[in-house]
Amino acid sequence: MTHIVKPQFRHPRLATNSQGLTRRDYEGVISTLCAGCGHDSVTAAIVEACFELELPAHRVAKMSGIGCSSKTTNYFLNHSHGFNTVHGRMPSVATGANLANRDLTYLGVSGDGDTASIGMGQFVHAVRRRVNMLYICENNGTYGLTKGQFSATNDRASKNRKGLDTPFDSIDLCNMAIELGAGFVARSFSGDKAQLVPLIKAGIRYKGFALIDVISPCVTFNNHATSTKSYEYVRDHNHMIGRVDLVPAAEEIEADYAPGTATDVTLHDGSQMRFAKLDETYDPTDRETALPALERYRNRGEVATGLLYLDAREADLHDLIGTPEQPLNEISEAELCPGSGPLASINAAHR
Amino acid sequence: MRPTDTSDPAYFHKVVDCQWACPAHTPVPEYIRLIAQGRYTDAYLINWESNVFPGILGRTCDRPCEPACRRGRVEEKPVAICRLKRVAADNRGVIDHLIPQAPARNGKRVALIGAGPASLTVARDLLPLGYDCVLIERDRKAGGLMRKNIPSFRLPVAVLDEETGRILDMGATARFGEEVTSMKALLDEGFDAVFVGTGAPRGKDLSIPGRAEASENIHIGTDFLSSVSFRHIETIGKRVVVIGGGNTAMDCCRTALRLGADSVTVTVRSPRADMKASPWEIEDAEREGIPILDNHSPKEFRLENGKLTAVVFEKMRAEYDDSGKRRLIPTGESDVVIPCDDVLMAVGQDMAFPWIERDIGIAFDAREQPVVGKVDFQSTRPGVFFGGDAAWGPENIIWAVAHGHQAAISIDRFCQGQDVMDRPAPATTLISQKMGIHEWSYDNDPTQVRRLNVPHADPALALRDLSMEVELGFDAAQALLEARRCLNCDIQTVFSTNLCIECDGCVDICPVDCITFTQNADEPDLREMLRVPAHNTEQDLYVSEALPTARVMVKDEDVCLHCGLCAERCPTGAWDMQKFLYNEAHSSPAIQAPERKQHVA
Repeated sequence: MTHIVKPQFRHPRLATNSQGLTRRDYEGVISTLCAGCGHDSVTAAIVEACFELELPAHRVAKMSGIGCSSKTTNYFLNHSHGFNTVHGRMPSVATGANLANRDLTYLGVSGDGDTASIGMGQFVHAVRRRVNMLYICENNGTYGLTKGQFSATNDRASKNRKGLDTPFDSIDLCNMAIELGAGFVARSFSGDKAQLVPLIKAGIRYKGFALIDVISPCVTFNNHATSTKSYEYVRDHNHMIGRVDLVPAAEEIEADYAPGTATDVTLHDGSQMRFAKLDETYDPTDRETALPALERYRNRGEVATGLLYLDAREADLHDLIGTPEQPLNEISEAELCPGSGPLASINAAHR
Repeated sequence: MRPTDTSDPAYFHKVVDCQWACPAHTPVPEYIRLIAQGRYTDAYLINWESNVFPGILGRTCDRPCEPACRRGRVEEKPVAICRLKRVAADNRGVIDHLIPQAPARNGKRVALIGAGPASLTVARDLLPLGYDCVLIERDRKAGGLMRKNIPSFRLPVAVLDEETGRILDMGATARFGEEVTSMKALLDEGFDAVFVGTGAPRGKDLSIPGRAEASENIHIGTDFLSSVSFRHIETIGKRVVVIGGGNTAMDCCRTALRLGADSVTVTVRSPRADMKASPWEIEDAEREGIPILDNHSPKEFRLENGKLTAVVFEKMRAEYDDSGKRRLIPTGESDVVIPCDDVLMAVGQDMAFPWIERDIGIAFDAREQPVVGKVDFQSTRPGVFFGGDAAWGPENIIWAVAHGHQAAISIDRFCQGQDVMDRPAPATTLISQKMGIHEWSYDNDPTQVRRLNVPHADPALALRDLSMEVELGFDAAQALLEARRCLNCDIQTVFSTNLCIECDGCVDICPVDCITFTQNADEPDLREMLRVPAHNTEQDLYVSEALPTARVMVKDEDVCLHCGLCAERCPTGAWDMQKFLYNEAHSSPAIQAPERKQHVA
């Protein structure tokens, strides 16, 4: 880790957004992760996405659990709300927070251990409840904080640093999320911000549960020649199935794709998501064909990246259980405590 | 773009903006670090070797380094480089034993005409090689314009005497008080080489009505300053008008104030923005309450009973044509009459060579300027060299020093029968500064401290005393704060393409968004493709070879803080912070590097 504080000097011509903020205003404290950690690139992609979405930082809640990945919420948006939970319990806390105040933007950052091992029970229920949040799993296939044991997402084909095999099959978080009803499921690579930043923007704008499984190499414990989650392996085996662009409601789409290959999807807030297919055989809006296709890529050792599944009928937990329109903290005392008259009538109904 | 060739010493040298801008190429960041460590003697010696007059220049330099300083592009103001140099000079210890001594004479005699900064530099460089350097000077003391034209409230005589005296003490032969009136006669003395460092001593005049009649009360600025310096003038009229907007005008007006003038007014023909004087010298004059009237063109000297009573000015305005060329046009407003008793005219200086015969092989051009080689400083007569203001007209001390170094190389090669155009290469080193995982041998944490102002003497006292130095200089604590503002631009970010795994760590951490990984393109396009487009085309792009993804790393050098965070974030050591030390070639051998020990206060 770096001993100095990141200098406050910034480029004199650094661009500002409509909030009057530069990209650097969305940063947090300096990272203490290993030099070259993929997670720092994901942090930078989140900073970039929030800057481009012109988010007011005080309307964002950063949620995380335990692990290298979960430390990173400290490294961006240091003017936002945040909750660093017990190991694997971030989905519950995020669910509760979201129920209490549905108006904030919920950004969960977790890792493969926090999600696929200790937090699996939590994760799957947040997915099926369609909590309106973007859940980013920084997936490096290893327990970096405890010095490099296999995690549950490590592929059978991937050996550890000392050349040992894993005896267990891996968990594919994307497949699982699609099966359980997540409306927005994507996979990306920390080393490809051109793909990752638009996905994060679209995932934040999506209403419902959005998962981005980001392959984020552990430069210390899982970046060797026999790893399938190294910079080199992912670059060599990256099968990009499509590109996503997010265009805010007010702006025109600047198309740079061949005609016929791009599909526009209007999200609930009016912003346009443009999806451009790079793989003609893959349809991310059809769960029945998407899942077997993903299985085929996996068997070939390819890392399918891009938007893997999209349910354009956006619906979240609040829609499903019919909660009030406004956040609970904005409901007045008179509404919450309507007095003894209504109480008497409720009691009467139970007699 | 093609990959950057960092083996060319010019590439990294250019990144060190201050050193690149300095005519003598003084290694500025290197001595500023030494000042921060309290190693004033070492800092002084680095300066002495490169610019010969650290104490003098630390007070009077035109500081081309400061407008170039990268700090000025990152925040408001550059590092106070010049004033830090003075700190080294003010606080250094004894250096006599560290100065090279002249060995046995090598049998060659060199005449140096004029004992100003250019000639003294030549002597400094040639004496340690055994040359007999004969300094021939019209005045009785060495220093040239440094003594005659710079008032002692800016440059104390003691500082001047010490630094000029050090060179004389190295064994120069002084023929002071002797004016050369014939180059032919001098050449007949049989010198092996002659160096002309006579400056640009002739102050320009104005021929407007009343000039001749009022000549008793109209003084040429440079002549006035030297007369004051030699105590030939000790008083001046109560009301003084100074005509001119250069540094000489600034020195004239402040000198007049100290000689007892009640009101001093500076008038300039051009708009203020076009004034030739350095901004800080204008500031110093105005701080002493001297008004500067711009767009005032002198029209006439008015007399009554044969005595000067006023100067009449025509108001002007500037117009610029498409090529940026300026024309001054009368505004038609009524003339301005400024009553006065004395006028000081500082409207420029010329070289003057009435003493050089035109039939001895030294060619002059149509403007009566000698024809001098830009590289070898040699005239059209082999063995006769020019430097300082005598070569191409008025510049300043640091340029004279730079000329002196180059001329000394030429004279040495000429006297040894070698080709003068065959120039020695600079000495450069590039050494990693890594001490530990995230530890560097320099202070890589840029301070937010803003530029400090140099304390000044009480004006109530300073304005009455011609020899009381106005600037007091930084004390040690102030010097440390100011020295830490230096961004260490000589600690280079060196990139190794073959080690990079393209993890983007450096891109993400860079506080000033210098680094971009992108497809390659031609330079104009590439400049637009960066994270922050690189619009300062005077600053280079550092482009790597192609990486495995076919992209290239592009670093815009413009506002790099040299904080080393890219190297700290790099998991493979593809980035490293390496100190680039550039030492300009001199004819004299480098002085022994001082012992690396901590300075004990």
